[in-house]
Amino acid sequence: MNFSTIRNFITRWCAGEENWVDTRTVYIGHKEPPSGSEAYIPQKYPDNRIVSSKYTFWNFVPKNLFEQFRRVANFYFLIIFLVQLIIDTPTSPITSGLPLFFVITVTAIKQGYEDWLRHKADNAINQCPVNVVEGGEVVRKQSRKLRVGDVVLMKEDETFPCDLILLSTSREEGTCFVTTASLDGESSHKTYYAVQDTKAFTTEEDFDTLLASIECEQPQPDLYNVFGFCFRPLGSENLLLRGATLKNTQHIYAVAIYTGMETKMALNYQSKSQKRSAITVLIRPHPSSVSPLLSVLYLCILISKALINTVLKYVWQADPDRDEPFYNQKTDTERQRHILIRAFTDFLAFMVLFNYIIPVSMYVTVEMQKFLGSYFIMWDDEMFDEELGERAQVNTSDLNEELGQVEYVFTDKTGTLTENNMEFIECCVDGHVYVPQAICNGQVLPGAMSMDMIDSSPGPGGKVRQNAMSCVTCSLGLACQETEELFFRALCLCHTVQVKEEETVDGIKMGLHQGKSTSFYISSSPDEVALVEGMKRSFFSVSVESRFELLEVLTFDSVRRRMSVIVRSSGGELYLFCKGADSSIFPRVISGKVAQVKARVEHNAVEGLRTLCVAYRKLSVDQYEETCHLLNSAKLALQDRDKKLSEAYDLIEKDFILLGATAVEDRLQDKAADTIESLHKAGMKVWVLTGDKMETAAATCYASKLFRRSTQILELTTKRTEEQSLHEVLFDLSRTVQEDSSQGNYKEIFLEICRNCSAVLCCRMAPLQKAQVLIKASPEHPITLAIGDGANDVSMILEAHVGIGIMGKEGRQAARNSDYAIPKFKHLKKMLLVHGHYYYIRISELVQYFFYKNVAFIFPQFLYQFFCGFSQQPLYDTAYLTLYNISFTSLPILLFSLIEQHINMDILKKDPSLYRDIAKNSLLRWPIFIYWTFLGVFDAVVFFFGAYFLFYNTTFTSNGQMFGNWTFGTLVFTVLVFTVTLKLALDTHYWTWINHFVIWGSLLFFVIFSLLWGGIIWPFLNYQRMYYVFMQMLSSGPAWLSIILLIVTSLLPDVVKKVVSRALWPTTTERIQVSERAHTHTHCLSHIRSGPLSVPCAGFPLNPDLSLLTFSPRHSSFLLPNNCLKVKMFFKV
Amino acid sequence: MMASSYNAKEEDGNPSSATVHGGAGTVKNKKPDNTAFKQQRLPAWQPILTAGTVLPAFFVIGLIFIPIGIGLFVTSNNIKEFEACLYSVYSKYSFSSLSTLQIDYTGVDLSSPCFNCSQNYIWNSTTPCTCSVPFSLDQPFESNVFMYYGLSNFYQNHRRYVKSRDDSQLNGDLSSLKNPSKECEPYRTSENKPIAPCGAIANSLFNDTLDLYYIDPNGSRTAIPLVKKGIAWWTDKHVKFRNPAGNNLTVVFQGTSKPVNWRKPVYELDPSDSDNNGFINEDFIVWMRTAALPTFRKLYRIIQKKPNNMSPTLPRGQYILDVTYNYPVRSFEGRKRMILSTISWMGGKNPFLGIAYITVGSVCFFLGIVLLIIHHKYGNRNNNADIPN
Repeated sequence: MNFSTIRNFITRWCAGEENWVDTRTVYIGHKEPPSGSEAYIPQKYPDNRIVSSKYTFWNFVPKNLFEQFRRVANFYFLIIFLVQLIIDTPTSPITSGLPLFFVITVTAIKQGYEDWLRHKADNAINQCPVNVVEGGEVVRKQSRKLRVGDVVLMKEDETFPCDLILLSTSREEGTCFVTTASLDGESSHKTYYAVQDTKAFTTEEDFDTLLASIECEQPQPDLYNVFGFCFRPLGSENLLLRGATLKNTQHIYAVAIYTGMETKMALNYQSKSQKRSAITVLIRPHPSSVSPLLSVLYLCILISKALINTVLKYVWQADPDRDEPFYNQKTDTERQRHILIRAFTDFLAFMVLFNYIIPVSMYVTVEMQKFLGSYFIMWDDEMFDEELGERAQVNTSDLNEELGQVEYVFTDKTGTLTENNMEFIECCVDGHVYVPQAICNGQVLPGAMSMDMIDSSPGPGGKVRQNAMSCVTCSLGLACQETEELFFRALCLCHTVQVKEEETVDGIKMGLHQGKSTSFYISSSPDEVALVEGMKRSFFSVSVESRFELLEVLTFDSVRRRMSVIVRSSGGELYLFCKGADSSIFPRVISGKVAQVKARVEHNAVEGLRTLCVAYRKLSVDQYEETCHLLNSAKLALQDRDKKLSEAYDLIEKDFILLGATAVEDRLQDKAADTIESLHKAGMKVWVLTGDKMETAAATCYASKLFRRSTQILELTTKRTEEQSLHEVLFDLSRTVQEDSSQGNYKEIFLEICRNCSAVLCCRMAPLQKAQVLIKASPEHPITLAIGDGANDVSMILEAHVGIGIMGKEGRQAARNSDYAIPKFKHLKKMLLVHGHYYYIRISELVQYFFYKNVAFIFPQFLYQFFCGFSQQPLYDTAYLTLYNISFTSLPILLFSLIEQHINMDILKKDPSLYRDIAKNSLLRWPIFIYWTFLGVFDAVVFFFGAYFLFYNTTFTSNGQMFGNWTFGTLVFTVLVFTVTLKLALDTHYWTWINHFVIWGSLLFFVIFSLLWGGIIWPFLNYQRMYYVFMQMLSSGPAWLSIILLIVTSLLPDVVKKVVSRALWPTTTERIQVSERAHTHTHCLSHIRSGPLSVPCAGFPLNPDLSLLTFSPRHSSFLLPNNCLKVKMFFKV
Repeated sequence: MMASSYNAKEEDGNPSSATVHGGAGTVKNKKPDNTAFKQQRLPAWQPILTAGTVLPAFFVIGLIFIPIGIGLFVTSNNIKEFEACLYSVYSKYSFSSLSTLQIDYTGVDLSSPCFNCSQNYIWNSTTPCTCSVPFSLDQPFESNVFMYYGLSNFYQNHRRYVKSRDDSQLNGDLSSLKNPSKECEPYRTSENKPIAPCGAIANSLFNDTLDLYYIDPNGSRTAIPLVKKGIAWWTDKHVKFRNPAGNNLTVVFQGTSKPVNWRKPVYELDPSDSDNNGFINEDFIVWMRTAALPTFRKLYRIIQKKPNNMSPTLPRGQYILDVTYNYPVRSFEGRKRMILSTISWMGGKNPFLGIAYITVGSVCFFLGIVLLIIHHKYGNRNNNADIPN
């Protein structure tokens, strides 16, 4: 080896690094130019091997161990275990080593098995054969050997092995169809286009002659963005993603540009999982985040306990006769150790002795509870939707209890509040209104809803299918005036709908309900389907004859909120048809009956219908050339392509002639109003964020009872006069708050007002704005919930504490990115009011109980140190120390936290105001924690001193024999286990057979275990200290009596506290429990609805039924008058 | 009202929509099982702790606990336990009402008969120091009398001490006999021979000898027979502690060394009874059960009631406690006591349990009354609030 090669290698490697940030050049078929001709740096690409497995055979053990010890519980145990190994501690290393070893081994085996399966799957994928064109012939290669630049031949129904640029297809027009079901869940067929210049290459030999290169960006995870050059601009419509499947096309030729771990799928997979975890760890303020905080506090208590004991030990030991009495000498090595080292080891030993005060087992139990508990959500029959055949999904189980803490609900409108099942209602051409007969069957509900344009996801662009762009013929005998013909032509041409002939699509189905079930219209935007369907049903039928040639598609995007097509008619005339939201069309219109159409549009919007305007523009050949030029130059741009494209669109889409408007109805979802009302009563503030027009959105809000007729509405818009009122309010507020209020203060005050409103409607929101509103609205960490159904809600869903996706018609992106997915909006009610409430109650009891039982467990040991010369002598036997949290007291609380129901499910659903009882984390507050800790300390004192006075210098056997220290500990432990379990039994309100089984079962298990543990001389143990201790204890009468006495004494304060507080200061929950119990025999539960809290706002006229009620003073804060303010926000886009 | 209609709708809606849509295969797969468990509708008993339900329980507890407490207290008071401190004045030992005898023979005071002996801090003094403590019983002990020795300020529960033993050696394991556990350090070997029994506990075996004499009115001393069988747990004596296999204990223990502080090897602990030698010596077993607290007592001997005659076990009169003072406790300010006590079914004299029962019972009773008032006053109010119509 000489230096130069190394240097060469290094420079090349560095060059490769530099290239990484740049673009990459792919030579089709590896036909690189001769190295001399131009600066050509060969780039290194990874092979096409996909590695989803985490481990290899060699790194499994260290990597897996590392992964596992990153978890708090395991790490804590490991530390304790190591301390026990290194120094002489009171408990043997087995106490923490054995459970640790068990957990680690089981997890490792499970993860190893899963990884082995992944290896197998990877191998299957990596070795599946791919047809590669090499030297004019088709060669079969293993998938993992595929390289960037290979030309691949794909057949129908094959899945793409890597990211490919489509070169040519078997179809004449150079298109192919692809489903991306495994990537984004959308099973609709998407159209992809071959590169124009290679369209003609149809055989392997042709490709052998092809000399071309593609320049493209380095891989990035964005699924919908790819830019590249061949000889012409390439876009995402040319890129076939790995994992997608070829459909309806015999075969295609394509060239690989991203392989292996650089494919978009692989990149996306990785970055997404990382993002999720980051959110969970950093952003989410957990209700149970009190528990880490508490753990820190308890850690402080633990350390201070250990410190106190260490100091006291050395104070006490100052007298050498106490330190080393003649009967208890130290070894020489112990004596020679330095005092500081001794003190430190003593400190560590105390830490080990008291380490159980930090309930590490709690973390394991909480995880199990959350994991298992989420099944109840999935199993819920009431959240199953027959129509969709879907049930609730849980994607993240660690948020169950946050469902019970929601303060703000941010909801999307279309598809969430409404069904997103569009029906074409009417169209208005030149001011004349046309209504299809089909809907005049009385199905239209009063105040029915609408949908918004923004919600139509701008999926992979350019999906217009040629044969759907069909001719329009008048079938109903309407007078084919020019504008009308143009209008319907525009509707038929300007869309991204495609016709689907087969029925086997199981995702989005837009079946034609009358008769022709063989053809479906498939589009990413359901309103387009509604329009096309409406056209077909009512006015025109789509014929196959093609009279228009599609030249350009200016695809829809949510900023422009319009789309356009440029077509050439058979007569050679060039048209630009544009369809979009009124606000984006009207400013660009130069002629047409604007006033009439505008009036109609506004009328429809107030009715809650969703409107679209249609306009056109005739293009001359010159104009078209210019347009093409503009578009091409924009598409060629590698940087800021989006910006340049939109600028180009802006230039092209102007000088329209207005044709008319359409109205599409979107019905309110089943029980949406009831759900909203319940959320309101539950004290949640509902914000509707929609991209729709204000009038439409407000109509929806009224229909869904978000706003009432009596509601005082504040509006903030740019045009309307209502702005005045809010402005004044703002101004008044700002004067009171601060004299010189700047713009920033307005924002704060505005948000402050919004936060005090019970309902807020934000219109004209772009997807990102939705997320911004959500962040702005909730700076003080109230729990926010976002619910939506479309891709445009994903940002909001990811931003909220709890993201709920609705399995709607706009694909599954929202559902996939959410924490929970439910089939319909109405299921939110049960999700929050029942499941959320239950899980919050359960988890709070779980957390508190764990701290309580560990305080009660460890505090006697602490007290015992004062009586054993601070020598770290454990009070309990090793087995008891180990098994206390693992088996004696673990199952009852776990099962409690899975099936406890303090109030009946039906009552929770009927009376949403109960949700306020647990609002603002009311069960995990400091006073309550202090109470539980106090209870634990009290119980511990009772246990310890009860046993102490029983043992103090006397005997309590009938044969005069004495008991030793292990009997003392066993007595305390027995009382402890019984007390702690019975305490849980007292807290249980819902005793199913499982509770009985687990509570009495674990007590029985404790007794049986103790009998067994003390009944045998265990051959593998080096001590027999527990031999017959338990039996001897039970043979003594006073032991029984004192066990009973101590249990009763330690349970007494809690029972008294419960009973007294229930009698004197009952919470709503407790009242309902009592009344529920009192009236179950008469089945008369309806009066519960009229509890004192069911009036959401004092500003509402009191219902005569409710006005009789007394108001509980503690809830009077809910009755602030400003709760009635409702604000509409108008965000100018 | 609203809720009932809600349910009705749902029930009506479900079958119809199910029949309309044909894709039953997928629907069925995803449809959750309608079992009571999965729907969280298991039949359940739903108790609530209200004043009304808890009241009777409180009264019942009060009514049960108070009599039990009184019974325990009376029983405890009936137990005769003679307890005396030697460094206070002798005459106080004649108890009349309090029938416990507890004699501190540590010998702290100059006036105490054991003062001289207590000055001797050395374990292995060849000449045993003896002292005699006279006391008188004003009341006879009628039933079996249990004789305890008690130690104060002696930390048998110190961790270093508790673990300093080898249970398998004590169970007769031959390999452990020759190679005791490391826990026994620094009492593991002496003179390069393994110690049997090893460890700090065994090494510090209590080795005072206590003898009791009745002084007849005529002045002659009668030795009171002290039984040393049955002072240790039966299971300890017969299962947990075992001598290494072999007929002759001397041979079996050959190659081992006696604990440093002991005067004689373990197989010669009880010259009078060959079954009481080695590890199964009952005094030894009793000592090996480490006490829970630094002040403790251990059963030393039993004075059994004579089966045939009706005379009390210990009649009234003058007694002398003869102490062979071997065990030094002054160095750590310990105390040694001899306790005579009768035993009832509830063990020795311990008023704590009785008092505690009475207290808790009364508290419960009192709370019951308080709750009754609360229930009477506020219970109705709550019910009214709940049922407005």
